[in-house]
Amino acid sequence: MTLTPDLATDVPVDDTDPFGHEHLEDPLPFHHALREAGPVVYLSRYDVHAVGRYEQVHAALVDWQRFQSAAGVGLSNFRTEEPWRPPSLLLEADPPRHDAPRRVLTSVLGQRALRTLRERWTADAEQLVDQVLAAGTEFDAVPALSEAFPLRVFPDAVGIGHDGRENLLPYGDHAFNAFGPPNDLVQKGEHRVAQLSGWVGEQCAREALTDDGFGAAIWAAADRGEITPQQAPLVVRSLLTAGVDTTVHAISAILYAFATHPDQWARLVADPSLARVAFDEAIRWESPVQTFFRTTTTDVRIGDAVVPEGRKVLMFLAAANRDPRRWADPDRYDLGRDPSGHVGFGMGLHQCVGQHVARLEAEAVLTALARRVRTIELAGPTRRHHNNTLRAWESLPVRLTVD
Amino acid sequence: MLGVEQVGARGRSGTDRSVVQVQDKVQVAEGVVTLTLAAPDGGRLPDWAPGAHVDLTLESGLTRQYSLCGDRWDAHTYRVGVLLEPASRGGSRYVHEQLAPGHVLGLGGPRNDFPLVPAESYLFVAGGIGITPILPMLAQADLLGADWRLLYGGRTRGSMAFLDELSVHGDRVQVRPQDEHGLLDLAGFLGDPRPGTPVYACGPGPLLTAMERACAGWPARALRTERFVAAEQAAPVRTTAFDVELHRSGRTVTVTPDTSVLEALSAAGVEVLSSCRQGTCGTCETTVLAGRPDHRDSLLDDDERAAGDCMYPCVSRSCSDRLVLDL
Ligand code: HEM
Ligand code: FES
Repeated sequence: MTLTPDLATDVPVDDTDPFGHEHLEDPLPFHHALREAGPVVYLSRYDVHAVGRYEQVHAALVDWQRFQSAAGVGLSNFRTEEPWRPPSLLLEADPPRHDAPRRVLTSVLGQRALRTLRERWTADAEQLVDQVLAAGTEFDAVPALSEAFPLRVFPDAVGIGHDGRENLLPYGDHAFNAFGPPNDLVQKGEHRVAQLSGWVGEQCAREALTDDGFGAAIWAAADRGEITPQQAPLVVRSLLTAGVDTTVHAISAILYAFATHPDQWARLVADPSLARVAFDEAIRWESPVQTFFRTTTTDVRIGDAVVPEGRKVLMFLAAANRDPRRWADPDRYDLGRDPSGHVGFGMGLHQCVGQHVARLEAEAVLTALARRVRTIELAGPTRRHHNNTLRAWESLPVRLTVD
Repeated sequence: MLGVEQVGARGRSGTDRSVVQVQDKVQVAEGVVTLTLAAPDGGRLPDWAPGAHVDLTLESGLTRQYSLCGDRWDAHTYRVGVLLEPASRGGSRYVHEQLAPGHVLGLGGPRNDFPLVPAESYLFVAGGIGITPILPMLAQADLLGADWRLLYGGRTRGSMAFLDELSVHGDRVQVRPQDEHGLLDLAGFLGDPRPGTPVYACGPGPLLTAMERACAGWPARALRTERFVAAEQAAPVRTTAFDVELHRSGRTVTVTPDTSVLEALSAAGVEVLSSCRQGTCGTCETTVLAGRPDHRDSLLDDDERAAGDCMYPCVSRSCSDRLVLDL
């Protein structure tokens, strides 16, 4: 596509492919370049604008009026392209349609609603940590902890059946890849999409859900008329898509942070009440969800440039979370910092509605580990897992010492 | 420029979020003024949806609830309508007679106890100033492509606000001043019960009682009402400093009127994890062990507020001299 003179003169142009394997392996140099280039940059490779500084990312996130989600929060523009699945009623919706599903999930996943889960999840985490440590103190933390814990508690909390749970991670992985360009990562998932989507769809039906989970609570809201019976399964689906891979990779992020910052682990062991801060600081530092797109609903001025109506804007949450304009010594993982205000869960109307669930899971795991584990270190070469949206680990060999 | 406005103030500090400044005051009907409210720094105001109200704290410390009746696509101003109540003990009389552009009011919320549920058709009934929460619902129903009708009653035509704005909707809207038409013909307007059509009503107590009777044959939960009473808090909220005692460390931090509890704690070296700093995300939830919080968040419902066992210190404050928090 040819650039309009306005774009060509006002906006720095960059031809990097941020979804290429080199950048997925280590996105930090590109994030740095993006922030330094200016408040907004034109990515010629995908014909989109991008923001990487905290100020602009935050501003775009909260401004749902001018940066809409209903045209898709991936590269694909739903105004002109067919979505690969029926759009999410939350993530890929604007007001007013976003209102009712959001209101229901805010209440179903609210901190007050989670109080009953705290005790159970704490006990589950202790049990899991005891099991893992009984088997040895050197292991791959990704399957043993990061995947094991969310898969142990979250599907039960939603209330889905036991068969087929192995589909959850591949489904989420594909959904998060699909926000990016149609590259090899998307292609590798495509042959299974129909089967995975079919399975996920079946789990969302009222009959498939236990009567005491988040899923049942969503259906109860439909019975009260707060959402329609047609909306209920899609609201359940949003939990199954957004609630598994994200927490798995977040737990990996925090384990990696501690394995590489032993002084910070010592701090947590000394004061386990730092678990909440430790988790949010890991979300800031590693940003398990790296990016989301918006679409402009009008011409929007960013810095000295005008982004025309109907354009895709790529927000780099991860770059904003390490913007030195906002954070002192941003590359340091530091429990002494106040990570409040990071955009790892987004901000504004679409801010992660599952954040209290994620925090509770992480707090349970960290508290259980801090009770028994004195030191954590890497025990071998680590391996990244590449995803167009998520920052993830495939393998994290660790060695622990326990009392 | 994109960004500066939101991040400068709202991203980092909660204090100026809990006040709004009167930008404009217009008489729109006999005994009714509308106020246009904006953040003193011109930044975004917290998001809201039709049916939401805000708590406004007047100079005297009196708090009144007003439905938002503006356009949510305008992120920078709120509009509320205020009826002069003859029996007013200071609230509406103060707004009508003394409040002027430039004045600053305390802000709580927005909260929504009267949300529009998804449906293909709606019936709306408004009495008098009860039109205010209904007004943005009409725009929303239009956006959703829903079928709807409004029956709007009042004492006299001259006392009924927003008739000009409503006229664009043509015959979807029936305006029925009592001195011309007598009592509202609710049964005639509602017709036979229609499953799947919610009925929204807002107005004075007698109208809502009549609606309950008129909807007796409708499915359970078809009728959704908001009683328009300027619910008064038991005591005026505090506009002076108060102390926050931290139970676990035994320390005490004084919170002055110009800072939030969160900021006062942070200045004293006590970090409470926060995110939105608008009372909407729930991240800063803190357990209250003693004292009475002045809740200004968008999260807790009336029962949870009454329980008084938790608060959101990014926006909420204290009614009592002292709050004891589990920190
Ligand atoms: C640490 C783990 C997690 C991270 C980093 C994360 C991140 C995010 C982000 C950045 C958004 C904003 C999207 C946008 O602005 O377009 C979001 C939205 C969302 N998240 Fe999470 N999330 C996590 C865990 C969860 C969990 C556990 C659940 C479910 C229980 C969940 C459910 C959702 C849903 C439904 C939305 C859409 C909300 C809306 O659009 O209104 N997330 N998440
Ligand atoms: S920080 Fe979001 S409610 Fe206080």
